[in-house]
Amino acid sequence: MRPADDRRADMRRTRPVECASLADPDLKKTVLHALHVELGAKMVPFGGYDMPVQYPAGILAEHNHTRAAAGLFDVSHMGQVTLHGPDAADALETLVPGDIRALKEGATRYSMFTNAEGGILDDLMITNRGDRLFLVVNAGCKEADIAHMRSAIGGRTKIDYHEDRALLALQGPQAATVMARLAPASVAQKFMTFRTADVAGIPCYFTRSGYTGEDGWEISVPADRAVELARAILANPEVKPIGLGARDSLRLEAGLCLYGHDIDTTTTPIEADLQWSISKRRRAEGGFPGAARIRKELAEGPARKRVGILPEGRAPAREGTEIVDASGAKVGTVTSGGFGPSVNGPVCMGYVQAALASPGTSLGLVVRGKTLPARVVGMPFTPHRYFRG
Amino acid sequence: MAELRFTKDHEWIRVADGDTCEVGISDFAQGQLGDVVFVELPEVGKTIAKGGQAAVVESVKAASDIYAPVSGSVVAVNDALTGEPGLVNTDPTGKGWFFKIKASNTAEFQDLMDQAAYDAFVKSQG
Repeated sequence: MRPADDRRADMRRTRPVECASLADPDLKKTVLHALHVELGAKMVPFGGYDMPVQYPAGILAEHNHTRAAAGLFDVSHMGQVTLHGPDAADALETLVPGDIRALKEGATRYSMFTNAEGGILDDLMITNRGDRLFLVVNAGCKEADIAHMRSAIGGRTKIDYHEDRALLALQGPQAATVMARLAPASVAQKFMTFRTADVAGIPCYFTRSGYTGEDGWEISVPADRAVELARAILANPEVKPIGLGARDSLRLEAGLCLYGHDIDTTTTPIEADLQWSISKRRRAEGGFPGAARIRKELAEGPARKRVGILPEGRAPAREGTEIVDASGAKVGTVTSGGFGPSVNGPVCMGYVQAALASPGTSLGLVVRGKTLPARVVGMPFTPHRYFRG
Repeated sequence: MAELRFTKDHEWIRVADGDTCEVGISDFAQGQLGDVVFVELPEVGKTIAKGGQAAVVESVKAASDIYAPVSGSVVAVNDALTGEPGLVNTDPTGKGWFFKIKASNTAEFQDLMDQAAYDAFVKSQG
């Protein structure tokens, strides 16, 4: 048994454990690393960090537990950044197509750094904290993102990279039960809003957001108290630790993009079906990198589009799988694919020619030389259960 | 129960009836893969050379190829795995068998490891 050759791209994302023993001295560790090992995690490289891909329960059980109860994720590898000062929103708007000026204090929004061609440099969460903006960016992109901001807007806003903070995500339908115990201030909080309050007696700030499609929080905590917070959350009977393996299957079922796979510098936000994140004003005014192409695609439609694809059989179609039309001609590529435990079958997303992007369109997926029937479907595959109050 | 022999790629083979042998993956291999969600079995009648790709096993994480431990032709496949691929995890050397192969050259068995040698091999892999 060896990794299938045409699956190499996928193996880079969640490398098999037999490779992980070849310890990479350059791999960084989050402050929770020793706790993961203590909990029996299998550790793999991800985004430059040695991260837990799964705990002894396994990916299926962890996925299902998160959908049924609550899961705790270490996402401390992600970058936490603050932009200070009254000019921060206007400055950031020169780098992202999101409407940051209209972002109310205490509200969080999803956007992306674009390049001059309209490609995506990274996707990120932005929170208005009144006198500052709080950003969460991807682990693998954070150095480049910070360098990009320093060079482009460093003269307009003071940029702080919080290497002294960890980030924990608590996700699932019972996350609210747990948070009500540990942080009463969270009870009335709505999806995509921010609070500053103690969690289990530890000073934190947290957004009601996540990457699973479930209700939940992302909690920023001083690094030197992160283990204490993780243990306090795990002490609740509803909560189990969840690794990156289940994080990937959860976000795939939720239809959420993974940077470097579903979106990158070659995909625009419009091709990626993220036009909802660009407000009327930003569409009208432009003023962000790649605005010419993005506005053209908004007006005329993109040449290709990211869609959900449901294989009709049981065989998963992985990243890199060729998508063909009824005549067998290549019309696109799968960018994320695998088994969806809550769907109880294979699910994938990928880019197809715009004419073939409507739900219900029949497509073929070329898996190991055979064309398997599939169809375009709306996403998410598993309904979102966010708390909108 | 007949003795199991192992490959370095973590397949096992068991002589079940003369030169007809069951093939599967080891307990170590299923543990490395994690939850198996799909198995693609060879067609009955297919001839495979030793080391040739014979089947595919997919976990939530990734797909892996299963190789023929010896040369021969496929005489049966375990259809139970289609509906219940998790048998590979729960009973890897029993109900989780993949296919039966009629060995064309029993001398090839000499190249395979017995349980003790395989256990030592797994240990040496760290």
